[in-house]
Amino acid sequence: MKHETISKEHRAFLQKSRKKTGIVNAVRLGLLLLLLGLWELVTALNWADPFLVSSPSRIAKTIASLYREGTLFYHIGITLSETLIGFFAAILSGVLIALLLWWSETLRRILEPYIVVLNALPKIALGPLIIIWCGTGSRAIVFMTILVTVILVILHMLSAFLSADEGKVLLLKSMGANKAHILAKLVIPSSLPAFVSMLKVAVGMSWIGSIMGEYIVSRAGLGYLIVYGGQVFKLDLVMAATVILCFLAALMYFLVALLEKKLVKNKES
Amino acid sequence: MKEILAFDNVRLTYHTRQGEVTALKELTFSLGEGEFAAMIGPSGCGKSTILSLAAGLIKPSAGSVTLGGSIGYMLQRDELFPWRTIEKNLYLPLEVQKKNTPARRARALELAEQYGLSGFLKSYPSQLSGGMRQRAALIRTLVMEPDILLLDEPFSALDYQTRLLVAADVSRIIRSEKKAALLITHDISEAISLADRILVLTARPARLLASHETDFLSSDPLKRREEPRFSGWFETLWKELDP
Repeated sequence: MKHETISKEHRAFLQKSRKKTGIVNAVRLGLLLLLLGLWELVTALNWADPFLVSSPSRIAKTIASLYREGTLFYHIGITLSETLIGFFAAILSGVLIALLLWWSETLRRILEPYIVVLNALPKIALGPLIIIWCGTGSRAIVFMTILVTVILVILHMLSAFLSADEGKVLLLKSMGANKAHILAKLVIPSSLPAFVSMLKVAVGMSWIGSIMGEYIVSRAGLGYLIVYGGQVFKLDLVMAATVILCFLAALMYFLVALLEKKLVKNKES
Repeated sequence: MKEILAFDNVRLTYHTRQGEVTALKELTFSLGEGEFAAMIGPSGCGKSTILSLAAGLIKPSAGSVTLGGSIGYMLQRDELFPWRTIEKNLYLPLEVQKKNTPARRARALELAEQYGLSGFLKSYPSQLSGGMRQRAALIRTLVMEPDILLLDEPFSALDYQTRLLVAADVSRIIRSEKKAALLITHDISEAISLADRILVLTARPARLLASHETDFLSSDPLKRREEPRFSGWFETLWKELDP
């Protein structure tokens, strides 16, 4: 819109709405600083035992010392690679399985109870099995990540594939389209928004999978630091690893959100 | 007149776990080349089933359906793909039928130009009005160069005023392209204003109750509505539908 065409009233509205966004952002940041400040204060004044609740400055020191020892990026790298490999493998296999289930109604009916049970099963119950099958290395953790994430991907994508508009299917069939045409022209493009929203959930699930896997078996990684820190009562280490996890998970989520903005131009009326 | 679509003693029975339903029984009618026919009947009498049969999407349980040309299907909603521009929507049938040649695409653009769509080619469907979208859907159907158009209540999703205008629009385009058309509708006045022949169906299982050749002076739906015989036709059909 050109600037001259904006009415006075509209300009006032825009100003007001921009002002509101500014206030929200400022309060958001202020709240974080306030909480961190309070945390620091109560521990500095010894109202709460810093040994038990840690403190922002101790967390910062712990991260700094991990960095100096050269292990910070080592642990981050281990967990990040396990999470990412598990994430992509789960997305790829999940989407492929969902496609197969979409293609064949019979297969879908046969496998439905298995998927329902697998979905309901707490995956951590399979921990011992996974250790025996995959050993105690990164492979077990990646496997756990895939297991936790893949069912969600399958269910989410299958329901998206199946909800392709009936009228449009009929239209394509009247043009002489076969199943492959319907898949390529309608089902896949119309499932794109569902795919991106599934990615957002899958990000969270794959972090759950990798950290859970590291809790069960690991000699390195952020999950390992948390478990180790808990065992030797180094709460600073537990908190530091948790803070780093928060950052990484948020970063990955924002990357997906960015992808969503690029991919999904909402053209549905 | 050469026949382009013929139903001969067609029966269609649906089977579900709950039982079976006979939608059509002993249905016989035919449509000639370039003829514009409308089919009316009580709601739920299986009108859409007839189009699916004509399009070959389902097979009759008994009897035969003979189609002497290619079909173009137009549905209640425009069913334009929201992630494609209007231009790309027009190319959709070409892509599916593997006829996506420069010549065919040029023909599609020519149709778009001829029927006032060229200004919207780069727009997305959501940027068009309901009437414009339905027109785009018709052009997409014509891109397939069908011999017969199957119209499944194509105006029923539009508001009343738009509906009259789009019906007139579509009728004009179909007549100028000299296509045969079979229009399914539950709107008696729509059937009278558009079609040259009106087929009346019974309640389920649907059979042919009557076939009327209309005798209007004009082929323009809006003008037909002003002709004195319009109300006469309306009354005749109203009585036939109401037992």
